[in-house]
Amino acid sequence: MSFPDLLKIPKIDKLGVQEIVNRFCKRSIKTSAKKHGLHLALSMIDLTTLEGKDTTDKVRRLCYKASHLHNSLQGLPNVAAVCVYPTLVRVAKKELEGTKINIASVATAFPSGQSTLDVKLSDTKFAVNEGADEVDMVISRGKFLAGEYNFVYDEIAAVKEACGKAHLKVILETGELDTLDNVRKASDIAIYAGADFIKTSTGKISPAATMPVTFVMLNAIKDYYKKTGIKIGMKPAGGISTAKIALQYLVMLNETLGYDWMNKDLFRFGASSLANDVLMQLQKQESGYYQSLDYFSKD
Amino acid sequence: MSKLNLNKTWNYAAATESTNHILLKEKYDLFINGEFVKSNSKKYFDTINPATDEVIAKISEANKKDIDLAVKSAKIAFRRWSKLKAKERGKYIFRIARMIQERAKEFAVIESMDGGKPIRESRDVDIPLAANHFFYYAGWADKLEYAFPNKTPKPLGVAGQIIPWNFPLLMAAWKIAPAIACGNTVVLKPAETTSLTALKLAEIIQESGLPKGVVNIVTGAGNTGAEIVNHPDIDKIAFTGSTNVGKLIQKSISGTKKKSTLELGGKGANIIFEDAAIDQAVEGIVNAIFFNQGHVCCAGSRLFVQESVANVVIEKLKDRMSSLIVGNPLDKNTDIGAINSKEQLATINKYIKIGQEEGGEIYQSKCSISKKGNWCPPTLFLNVSQSHTIVQEEIFGPVLAIQTFRTIDEVIEKANNTPFGLSAGVWTEKGSKIFKLTQELNAGVVWANTYNKFDPTSPFGGFKESGFGREGGLHGLKAYLKFE
Repeated sequence: MSFPDLLKIPKIDKLGVQEIVNRFCKRSIKTSAKKHGLHLALSMIDLTTLEGKDTTDKVRRLCYKASHLHNSLQGLPNVAAVCVYPTLVRVAKKELEGTKINIASVATAFPSGQSTLDVKLSDTKFAVNEGADEVDMVISRGKFLAGEYNFVYDEIAAVKEACGKAHLKVILETGELDTLDNVRKASDIAIYAGADFIKTSTGKISPAATMPVTFVMLNAIKDYYKKTGIKIGMKPAGGISTAKIALQYLVMLNETLGYDWMNKDLFRFGASSLANDVLMQLQKQESGYYQSLDYFSKD
Repeated sequence: MSKLNLNKTWNYAAATESTNHILLKEKYDLFINGEFVKSNSKKYFDTINPATDEVIAKISEANKKDIDLAVKSAKIAFRRWSKLKAKERGKYIFRIARMIQERAKEFAVIESMDGGKPIRESRDVDIPLAANHFFYYAGWADKLEYAFPNKTPKPLGVAGQIIPWNFPLLMAAWKIAPAIACGNTVVLKPAETTSLTALKLAEIIQESGLPKGVVNIVTGAGNTGAEIVNHPDIDKIAFTGSTNVGKLIQKSISGTKKKSTLELGGKGANIIFEDAAIDQAVEGIVNAIFFNQGHVCCAGSRLFVQESVANVVIEKLKDRMSSLIVGNPLDKNTDIGAINSKEQLATINKYIKIGQEEGGEIYQSKCSISKKGNWCPPTLFLNVSQSHTIVQEEIFGPVLAIQTFRTIDEVIEKANNTPFGLSAGVWTEKGSKIFKLTQELNAGVVWANTYNKFDPTSPFGGFKESGFGREGGLHGLKAYLKFE
């Protein structure tokens, strides 16, 4: 691990990115390819609830949904993980016992990250001790925009250490970073500081995940892999609410990083309502007609 | 460097555009004086789907007598058309534009069947742009005095127009729209391998009620074209095609009063500086050379990469090439379609062979290619120099010759070191560098941080052996007017 060479970080042309993203969106995904893509999307979901009003009961219901997506459809995968606040990790852990579903927890003074390193580290350790398999941290965007890249780097490295065996996802909160050049710079800093995953957004800031932002981050991952052979994961979060959008992200992933990344170990969707839309599409693939949304449970 | 696994991927299931909504006749006759008429030659030739080798339709071959008839009807029509109120001329052209839009899907499918280009391109580029050209020039029809203040613009007369096979409908639009907007009448000949969309356009023109004889469309090969060029009643020749044919045309019209615009070959330089947005530049390279299978006169077929980023750019380019889908032009996911004709495929293969014999290092992306039809995988050549044949001559296929450079002066010298001068691309984040290059590159079009972008409002044309005269924009009107 070392600090990235900021002079060598490629520049980003926004219009060029938009152009290729439009091209990904024009791919026509049908029949068997669609079914495969939808199953994949389902298996990559981090089913998320991150609200001030979350309760143990709410988390219990979410966990049950995570392991029983839609009983009337055969051969469905589980979602990849359930994502909750640290205080609710224990509840989720108990509910998901015996399943292969991971528990992800946000930490480090989520979502603003405006706190001291001590608080962030104890927040992280608490989540891990409660049983979180994955930690989603936020970077200090204020420091980043002030040009204090070393501070941001050191903070990520410290949180990574505090995570122990838990996987670290680093949230860049791209909606606050203003330019794609900044997104790329923040991606490189996070990757070099030890992130296992880089993630677009907290879901609390608009815009959340967008395809151009995700594309820039995928390219950062690609360049790092080319250089080191190490595979970093990607998690767009927020705003991906339909199966159609999810498939477009998968097309982009497929054509940028290739098949090795097409699994839940290296790609996740942070989403709360995506699952039901994917299920509805899968149901349609099976039966040929759309069912009412009321057939899909909302938890 | 670690390798990405881009070969084994999530395979997209076939998403083929349906062909059952298009109407094609078995035989197409000549469109003269507002009617489809049998040719005097009584001969027909086949138009073939280059992706399947199947015959799509039979096309009539026009001879001297037919051209005579077509020119005569254009000459008679000119008397009334040139005196018609300009606003009325504009209305007809607007109508043609709208009718193309209404039948865009049908046109796109036929364009892909007949020419081999991916439906993604015919649907998103060729057809909408063709309609836009008609819209744009329709708007100019009654504003010519404002376009050229204090001059009295007058139409030339009968324009003989000969167009290539790479953008059949679009080239027809580029030629017909400004000509008739300025009050000229037209005899147009599409290329023999891709006559269908021009003939479908003839159907639209017939339906639109455009006065008879204003647009005549005659089909055939080189001989038919020569009859148009040599006809004494033609006032203007507009040709898009190869430099060789362009030179022949210039010889045959020298000493006559015929005016001409020629849009000929190219060997565009695409220049990547170290301070460019590299990933987007790589995408730009792909767009510059693999768009329409490289059958583009302004294709960026010579790539110049600054040495400090050459390895990275080439590695990324190879990755990107392996995710391009080569195949059925009618599949909505196809990136690269079929080579337009057997003859063109032979030409491309000839150059690929020469490139290898002269010591170039070839790289082709892996793709499964059907046995029927004409195909060429995306191809790169490394280790080539300005002295290599494939760097000097226009290949007109998906073949890119890559060279490196060290300084800005060096790359300008090399980019200009070609008899052509149609297009160039510059990739850098530095604005001042872009302006320096646009000043010093001898090319009709210089794109900055993009490539192969076209718009009806923007003039297009060449320097040196890439031709003269401009099409598109205000400049495009000038080519069809005289000033008294």
